[in-house]
Amino acid sequence: MPATLATLDAKFPGAFATSAFRDNTRVEVAADKAPAVLFDLLKCLKDDRGFDFLADIAGIDYLNYPNATDRYGVVYALTNLATGERLFVKAFANDPDPALPSAVPLWAGADWMEREVYDMFGVVFDGHPDLRRILMPAEFTAHPLRKDYPLRGLGERHNFPTITRAES
Amino acid sequence: MALTGLMPDFLVTKLDYVANLVRKHSLWPMPFATACCGIELMATASSRYDIARFGSEAMRFSPRQCDLMIVAGRVVMKMVPVMQRVWLQMPEPKWCISMGACASSGGVFDAYATVQGIDRFLPVDVYVPGCPPRPEQLIRAVLDIQEKVTKTGTIDAREFAARSGYEGPTALAQELAPEEAIVAPGDFRTATRLRVPLN
Repeated sequence: MPATLATLDAKFPGAFATSAFRDNTRVEVAADKAPAVLFDLLKCLKDDRGFDFLADIAGIDYLNYPNATDRYGVVYALTNLATGERLFVKAFANDPDPALPSAVPLWAGADWMEREVYDMFGVVFDGHPDLRRILMPAEFTAHPLRKDYPLRGLGERHNFPTITRAES
Repeated sequence: MALTGLMPDFLVTKLDYVANLVRKHSLWPMPFATACCGIELMATASSRYDIARFGSEAMRFSPRQCDLMIVAGRVVMKMVPVMQRVWLQMPEPKWCISMGACASSGGVFDAYATVQGIDRFLPVDVYVPGCPPRPEQLIRAVLDIQEKVTKTGTIDAREFAARSGYEGPTALAQELAPEEAIVAPGDFRTATRLRVPLN
């Protein structure tokens, strides 16, 4: 893992911060750097450091989170299948148009995972081949896992016609 | 035989009575099973509980061959148009059982995507409480449907024409405003949640 971080430091000096939690190593890319750096950073990890498996993509909304500076976080959980190393790359995005480069050209498995993050948080992945909603209906307008979306919704769940017994 | 001359060789009854007698003993369920209630629905059809004793064992997976829809499980908003379409495809006369807490009221799933009771969108005849209900409760519901058919059924299904209005729940007297629902920020140190208005 130090070799990986050294490689990243040499190619992207000052573009990211690192932190660790137990045995997890995290690479954090701030919102102002992420659109330009993130794709190249992931590509470097895949091609140069052998992180060939994208295990998961997770979205986080840091609204009202203590000491948070950026609103949305997108976490890429990478695995090197040869060595068993794991690395978490966390990229940030902000309102009004949260956007990050898509990882689909690197890992085809990112397709549905990015669609889910887009559906739930509204983070747009530039370059995604088919960025549609994956869980919510297509006519849904909100992004329900955002912290400012009420738990019971805005009335979408009951926005259907009623069938009475006489007319059915 | 000696009794031949005493017994009438004809019978006077009503067509409604005959139709009800036939219909109630051969209800064909449409298993609209979306969650764990569906497992109990399957158990009800199994040999131990044996819904065949009441003539309802012929579960068909085409709505066009059914006359009793059993909605078993939670229904999300994406499923409502499907459920309504299945109901509309069933031939008359037809009945509907709302099985379990989720189908009847949303259950514990008071979230943005879960419908709070299918009776907001469909006419329901019998509700089955429980989470999930025991198979005996579902059999009881089928017996209730049979009783309803006996008491109200007509051969041309004209008893349904009177049910022209909305049959679902009325609005609560005091509904929790969306902005009063539980939202962030939480107090993460004590794992309690603060109710703070948005903005």
